[in-house]
Order: sequence, then structure tokens, then C-alpha cells
Amino acid sequence: MALKQDQVAANKKLALKLVWIIVGALLFAFALVPLYDVICSVTGLNGKTKNSAESAAKAVVDLKREVTVQFVSSVMPGLGWNFYPKQSSVVVHPGQVTTVMFEAKNITNVELAGQAIPSVTPGKASAHLKKIECFCFVRQSLKPGEVKALPLRFFVSAELPEDVQEMTLSYSFFPASQQ
Amino acid sequence: MSTTTVAHHDEHHDHPTGIMRWLTTTNHKDIGTMYLTFSLIMFLVGGSMILGIRAELFKPGLQLMNPEFFNQLIGVHALIMIFAALMPAATGFANWMLPLQIGAPDMALPRLNNWGFWILPPSAILLTLPFTLALFGVGDGALATGWTFYPPLSVQGGIGVDFAIFAVHLLGISSVLGSINIIVTIYNMRAPGMTLMKMPMFAWGWLITAFLLIATIPVLAGAVTMLLTDRHFGTHFFDAAGGGDPIMFQHLFWFFGHPEVYILLLPVWGFIPQILQTFSRKPMYGYKAQVYSLWAIGALAVVVWAHHFFTAGMPVPALLYFMYSTMAISLPLAVLFYCWIRTMWKGSMSFETPMLFTVGWIILFGVGGLTGLVLADVAADAQYHNSYFVVAHFHYTLFAGGIMGIMAGVYYWLPKMTGHMYNEKLGKLHFWLTAISFNVTFIPQFFVGLAGMPRRIPDYALQFAEFNMISSIGAFVLGLSQLLFVYIIISCVKGGQKATDKVWEGAEGLEWTLPSPPPYHSFTEQPVVK
Ligand code: HEM
Ligand SMILES: [Cu+2]
Repeated sequence: MALKQDQVAANKKLALKLVWIIVGALLFAFALVPLYDVICSVTGLNGKTKNSAESAAKAVVDLKREVTVQFVSSVMPGLGWNFYPKQSSVVVHPGQVTTVMFEAKNITNVELAGQAIPSVTPGKASAHLKKIECFCFVRQSLKPGEVKALPLRFFVSAELPEDVQEMTLSYSFFPASQQ
Repeated sequence: MSTTTVAHHDEHHDHPTGIMRWLTTTNHKDIGTMYLTFSLIMFLVGGSMILGIRAELFKPGLQLMNPEFFNQLIGVHALIMIFAALMPAATGFANWMLPLQIGAPDMALPRLNNWGFWILPPSAILLTLPFTLALFGVGDGALATGWTFYPPLSVQGGIGVDFAIFAVHLLGISSVLGSINIIVTIYNMRAPGMTLMKMPMFAWGWLITAFLLIATIPVLAGAVTMLLTDRHFGTHFFDAAGGGDPIMFQHLFWFFGHPEVYILLLPVWGFIPQILQTFSRKPMYGYKAQVYSLWAIGALAVVVWAHHFFTAGMPVPALLYFMYSTMAISLPLAVLFYCWIRTMWKGSMSFETPMLFTVGWIILFGVGGLTGLVLADVAADAQYHNSYFVVAHFHYTLFAGGIMGIMAGVYYWLPKMTGHMYNEKLGKLHFWLTAISFNVTFIPQFFVGLAGMPRRIPDYALQFAEFNMISSIGAFVLGLSQLLFVYIIISCVKGGQKATDKVWEGAEGLEWTLPSPPPYHSFTEQPVVK
């Protein structure tokens, strides 16, 4: 059944307009990636913390408050390590600088490099956990059988919302390429 | 366009016969038939897969398969049912009935229409091929992530994931092409005098579906493409080690995934009121209210996606927003339910098979919607998420609300499409078998879900044994009953009592003014609607 000429032209025209919606939706999908990162880092959603050093110089210590910081660790598939915190939690005053130790052991017979990725729960606490020094700032490399003590120096800022009394800092070690 | 008589054009000598007819056809009825046939075949394929699952779950412990294969069956079952059974069935009806209902000679873009269909079989093969390849020692089978493709599992998985990604690309292209065609047909090809607000409800349902499809399928395509590049080209979209985030995949997936559930149902909400008015012998109640409700649901559908991962960790304001916006969808949905019931109210009703399916549909789909409200409650969902309660919920919406709705449509239009009446006795038997065994299958799943049985796990605690056994028995009866459906359709195509033009006493609409079956080229002269 052949359609009328002008009908065919009108149909093509509308179809092309709809193709633009599709192109727009596809671009939108990829635009969501940077958008998502911006939203997460601005709001601290998803427990994303800054992975760079901060200074404790201006921190005020609030002796009236106590916060429990718990530590969790995991190793992702592909990295033959044991990795765990030496203490499962510490109680700190906001502003008080604390050092805790983690330990990693390469249980394979090849040298392996890994990168630790932090995450903090609840999400609204993530912006207030400030790291001064951390093994997660750089990739770590372990020789076969090597055991390494991994320090973390941090403080909890005094601006931490009143209702947060407990937070959990989780580290996952991911395989990284050797350098 | 020829303005000669319509009737004698039935025989055309210029189009090929045999297999070439089907490969090259641009006729909306041929393409509609192909879509519907494909859908029926894939419905049986996806159904057999899940019977494998129910056989494994018949007893606690691992009997028949290893957990890997169990997960592969579940994932491919869902992808097939959604993309290869339900969606093509709705598209098949669109092809067959939209031009007839709006008085158009054909779909607006016939060649695109042909491509849209012929992309489907290769993608179905892509989805299932890894099973066969694994038999010959190539790869380790189909994707084992469930239909949701969540990373990191989908990044670590074998070639089955790649096959599924390409299949989704193709299926996506097919439904986007189909949607363009449907929108253009509805906007440009209506009979003179048929304003938008005089359109049949089916056209409204499909128009909104098509817009949802072209807005969200590209997002799914983008998300699985990112998965593909994460897997093979060293990107880190979803890899936390490289600065990516696996939760972002859930946002992208469900930005498509939630609208998708309405994509599956809006076409059904279109023709259900038409069936209701036919067998209640009075005009549908609240046409305008229904149209506005369909739009409201279409709009809300794209802003509620995160209710699928409340437990992934979200700040409280976001939880509240997604909870209330999700619950808000039930308001327009309640308007629709009201209109459907009011259409039957004081009607002079009769209960032929399409009407039986429709009334059963209203009740069972209602259960699906109400249990959805329970899940939308953030506090409750923490317990129900990833449990069999969710499985039961979405089968009340997708099997009852989707498949049983489609079955109502099949019985309603089959006499029009084939020119023969189907066997009414067998049709009714098929309804009762389906409705009863469906409930036997899924009611127990609500209870084991509430009691804590997780989904997508091949083994379970002993206290769930009885309910699972009942559910498996129901599932096998449900599956076997569908062979009756196939038999009824085939014998109706082959012959049977001659159908009249109008078929049903109370039928209204342009498709019923044509002979049954309609001539190969219909409405070459567009009717005028007053
Ligand atoms: C008022 C109506 C509805 C509400 C409030 C609702 C709410 C929800 C919620 C909150 C979930 C997530 C549960 C969880 O994973 O913990 C869910 C899952 C689901 N719903 Fe609904 N729903 C509604 C209607 C529908 C309809 C109409 C459909 C289909 C046509 C549908 C299909 C699904 C599917 C497929 C899933 C599970 C997806 C998966 O995880 O694989 N729902 N629903
Ligand atoms: Cu949803």
C-alpha cells in the first residue's frame, strides 16, 4: 500500500524529530556520570570521602563529645591479600587527632599492588572524617609473603552533625597495576 | 493512493510468497502476526526455563543444577519474558490494531517496521546462545547476574554478559524503531475527524508507552555500554578502584527499569477498557480521566526509580522523596481502577473468555499494585527487599497485569485477525486453569518472602519446604495450561465457526467495521470520523 507523497514526507519529518529525542536521551545517560560524581562529592552521598591529606592545624577539640569510629576492611577478587584493621573501633573527641593501624599481608608468591578505596557510613558523616595521613593516598605494593603495617592518621571535625554518635569507615583493597 | 474499490485488492501479484513474503513484508498485519508469533514462542521458551528453576526449588537442597546455572536460568528467563515476550506482544497488537482502530491504511514507516521486527530473532539467539556454547566448552554459560546486570558481578562475569549486552542493544534498537513508528502513525495517520481526544484508549496507552521508550531505552543502552567498556576497554565507570561507583549503575539501570514496568503495562491499560465496554455493553466510564491518568503515570514513572534500591544506602530525605513519589503513582492508578469498575457498573455484562480474563486481570493486578505500596514503604522494604515477596509482587503485576492482559487481548481480537471464532469452552477452561494455578504458584511466595526467603538462591531453609513445593506444583500446572492456549490459537487460525464483522455484540470502534479477517490492505480510503 503506497502512501501519498506528502504523507511520506510528513512522516519522515516527524520521525527525524523523534530521533533527536533519542540522541538527547543517550547523551543524557553519559552526562549522568559526571553529574553523579558532582552530586556525590558536593553532598557526601554514598560515603565518598576525600582521598587527600587535610591539616589538623585549625581543628578545635570538643572534649564534651565522644564519637565512635568503627573500621571495616575487605579485599576485592584478584588481590591475594589478607587485610584487616588492628582495632575494630576507637572512641574519639571531635578534633582530636588519632592514629590507627591496619595490616596487610601478601599471601601469594608474586608481588602484588593494591589501592584502598574508603567509604563512610552514614553518608552525612563522610565529609567530616578528615585524613591527615593515610595508606590509601597512594597504591601499596607487597612482595610475596610480605606483611606491612598501614597507618591512618585522622580526626573527626567538630562540625559533625549532633545526631551522629557512630560512624563506620570501610576500606576495600582493589588490585592495581604494578608500577 | 488508489481510490478504487477496496475489496478486490486482496490479491496482489507483486509481493513475494513463501518465506520471502515474511522477510520482506511491510504490511502491518503481516508484521503484527510475526511479532505475536515470536512473542508466543519466546513465552514458551522463557516459561520452560523457569520450570527448571521451580523443579530445583521443589525440594530444599541442590538436586538438578549448580548455583551458577540456576542464576543463568533466572536472568535469561526474566530478560526473555520482558523483552522478547511481553514487549513484542504489545508491539504486535500495535501493528495489527492501531491502523485499524485509527482508520489508517498502514503504519507510517513500513520499511522501518520490517527492520524493527527482524532485529528481534537475532537478539533472542544472542541471549540464549551462551547456553549452547557452554555445552561445547566455550565460555561458562549465559549471564548469571539476574536481569539487572548489577556490577561488580556483571563486570567479573563471563562471555554470557557480553552476549546479553549485545542482545539488549539490539532489543533496544528494535523497540526504539517500533516506538518512532507508532508515534508517527498516531500523530500523522489518524482518520479525518479523529481528534486526539477521540482516539481509542489503546492508541493513548501506546503513545505514552512509545514516548517512555524513546526517552529511557537509550539510558539503558548507555548503561550497558559503560559495562561493556568497563569489562574490555579499561574504563572505570562502575569500578570503585578506578574512581567509579557500582551504585551509579543501579541509578542508570532503574532510571530505565522503573519506566519499563509501565512500558509493559500501558498498552494493556489501553485495550482493557475497550474490552470492558464491549462486554458491559456501555461506553467506557471516564475517558478523559483515564487519558489524564495515563499521562500522570507516564510522567511519575521517570521520577521514582530509586525505590528499587532503598537498601543500597541513601540519605533520609532522598528515601522519603522516593517513598512518597512512588506512593503517589497509586493515585492515578486508583483513578484507572475506579473507571474500569465503573465501566462494568450496571452494565449488561456477559463473560466470554476475553471478559473473564479482563475481570480476573483487574483483581489480580490490583493485588500487584497493593503489594507494591507495601514495598514502597522504606521501613518495610528493608525487610522485604530481595526476598520472595518482591518476586510475588512483580509477578502479580507482570504475569497477571501483563501476560493475562495480553491473553484477554488475544481472545478479544483473535476472531477479527483470523476470521474464525476460537473454541469458547476451551478458552474458559484456559482462563480458570491459568488464574487458579497462577495463585497457587505465587501466593505461597508472598509468605515465604515475608518469612525471609531470599530470591535468586537455589537452596533454602527447611521451614520453607511446604510452601515451595506448593508453588512448584502451581508453576507446572500454570506452564502446562499454556499448551492449551497454543492449541486454541492454532485451531482458531486453522478454522472454526466463521466470525462476523462485529464479532462481539457490544463491540465499538473502526476495527469492527471491517470484515473478519480484514482485507490485506484496509482503509485505503480513510473513513471519516464525526
Ligand atoms: C502502585 C504501584 C506500584 C508500587 C508502589 C510498586 C513498588 C515497588 C517497589 C518499591 C519495588 C522494589 C522492591 C524491592 O526490590 O525491595 C518494586 C519492585 C518491582 N516492581 Fe513494583 N510497584 C508498583 C507497580 C508495579 C507494576 C505496575 C509493575 C509492572 C508492570 C511492577 C513491577 C515491578 C518489578 C518487575 C519489580 C522488581 C524488579 C527487580 O528487582 O527485579 N510494579 N515495586
Ligand atoms: Cu519500580
